[in-house]
Amino acid sequence: MSETSDAPRASEVKPPVVTPVRVVIALCLFAPFVAMLWVDSYAKVDPAFIGIPFFYWYQMLWVLISTALTMIAYQLWQRDQRARKADRSEASQNGGASA
Amino acid sequence: MNDGVNGVALAVFIFFFLAVTVMGFLASRWRRAENEHSLDEWGLGGRSFGTWVTWFLLGGDLYTAYTFVAVPAAIYAAGAAGFFAVPYTILIYPLIFTFLPRLWSVSHKHGYVTTSDFVRGRFGSKSLSLAVAVTGILATMPYIALQLVGIQAVLDVMGVGGGENTNWFIKDLPLLIAFGVLAAYTYSSGLRAPALIAFVKDTLIYIVIAVAIIYIPIKLGGFDDIFAAAGDAYSQTNEATGAPRGALVPAEAGQWTYATLALGSALALFMYPHSITATLSSRSREVIRRNTTILPLYSLMLGLLALLGFMAIAAGIKVENGQLAIPQLFENMFPAWFAGVAFAAIGIGALVPAAIMSIAAANLFTRNIYKDFIKPDATPAQETKVSKLVSLLVKVGALAFVLTMDKTVAINFQLLGGIWILQTFPALVGGLFTRWFHRWALLAGWAVGMVYGTVAAYGVASPTQKHFGGSNAEIPGLGEMGYIGLTAFVLNVVVTVVLTFVLKAAKAPDGIDETSPGDYTADAGDEGVQVELPPATAGAGH
Repeated sequence: MSETSDAPRASEVKPPVVTPVRVVIALCLFAPFVAMLWVDSYAKVDPAFIGIPFFYWYQMLWVLISTALTMIAYQLWQRDQRARKADRSEASQNGGASA
Repeated sequence: MNDGVNGVALAVFIFFFLAVTVMGFLASRWRRAENEHSLDEWGLGGRSFGTWVTWFLLGGDLYTAYTFVAVPAAIYAAGAAGFFAVPYTILIYPLIFTFLPRLWSVSHKHGYVTTSDFVRGRFGSKSLSLAVAVTGILATMPYIALQLVGIQAVLDVMGVGGGENTNWFIKDLPLLIAFGVLAAYTYSSGLRAPALIAFVKDTLIYIVIAVAIIYIPIKLGGFDDIFAAAGDAYSQTNEATGAPRGALVPAEAGQWTYATLALGSALALFMYPHSITATLSSRSREVIRRNTTILPLYSLMLGLLALLGFMAIAAGIKVENGQLAIPQLFENMFPAWFAGVAFAAIGIGALVPAAIMSIAAANLFTRNIYKDFIKPDATPAQETKVSKLVSLLVKVGALAFVLTMDKTVAINFQLLGGIWILQTFPALVGGLFTRWFHRWALLAGWAVGMVYGTVAAYGVASPTQKHFGGSNAEIPGLGEMGYIGLTAFVLNVVVTVVLTFVLKAAKAPDGIDETSPGDYTADAGDEGVQVELPPATAGAGH
């Protein structure tokens, strides 16, 4: 599920595809899958919140958590891309064919 | 359903309907390009939509009227099991964060309008592309039909659906008018019409939800009372099955079903042509990524909306047809004028996705069947013309479907559609990341998934139906109940991987890949990307 990277595949002089920042991005994107698919962890009524059983408010809370995680991933990814673009700017890439 | 026509509600409903109709026709002038006779223009709105327009368009497109009616209806009928829509929509966004920007880039680099365009370009295989296109069209048609079911539910509750013994023409006239209007402005304005109308739709929906989620619980004595009443209702034994009606929390046995439905549906959603159409119409890949961080607002709304299902139980709504539970709740709880607003929200909520879906299906037909197989030398103007005509045909087809067949047929096909469309995932998403898969293996995997999914779904019985009674069956080898679509998808992937090894060993011809690695990360402004954008729309902000 964690096919996270937008990394351009196998060109000669490229920084490593897997970096600590990218691992964090992958974790941010992967966490909601673990949380939501592990149904047993939240299939219960208590504790209720303003009368809403745990099962329901917990999942709605995860909408917010996963949104926050995706935002973090987005910010990190943008920073990662900007850094790479700066590195790449002298070495001209993109000699490939295009329509 | 109802004793009489609810005059005030109907008047408000008609007012909003007229307003969006005018908007729909005026939409063609909104950010018009110089070259309006290309398919990019009509079918993708000139590919010029920014973050907010894309947000409204995607939201309007994915969270359909049927969703609004069906999700609370499922909760109303069985409790917790229906809530899977929330984890489902949570999982979509991290998922599309990873692959949609790549699709955007490669599509804008090569001028792809549909997913099949990409598959053909990537794998050099017309048959694989045809398989993806046909699956897309088949899966979309019943989805459009279901939008009509959503409108019908609202009309019924307002009392304009007519009684059992009214003449069929009078009974269906309001629906015919609604669809006639929809067809006319989609034809003339293309994707711009639903994009503009989506603003109205979502604003109405947000207002209605905000009011409903505060006002109704106050009237019903708070969430404690609501869930207590719902819990009681679920524990009652259902005569047809001899089991309790539902549960507030999924039991051990239901958890696999819950998780596989959420995951399978999340994987499937962005395989639907209409989701892709809305995505490709955005201005840059950044617009898409940014949207994955703001689209979950709709998921929150969907969660709140699902709670309305419990409220319908607590409010003592008793309907034969679960689809009517929420419209009936609005009618009973709200003053007439606000019920009208709520009905308008649902009604317009059906028009936006129906328009986008018909455009998406038409694009698929034009690009991947008409141009690839019937008339390879079609000019852009001819393409647009065919697409417009097909979008009409698709809608007429959906209308005929709903009017002539039982509603359950549309729902059955929609269920099958979800299973089918998921089978295009390996070719599309796999293809976005790697060229390792062999085209024939992908085709074989797809076929296996389609056949298994259809046969398994056919074998599901429910108290009311012998076949297509649900979307869950025992997962072979696991012994748990799970979503058929996901099982079929796993089979599909296994077949694809095994056959790829075999075909590679046999040195089967691999097909020509017209894309290069750089194409998948190209962004607006890069060399070769801008060219695809019609010049007049590319720079026009809002």
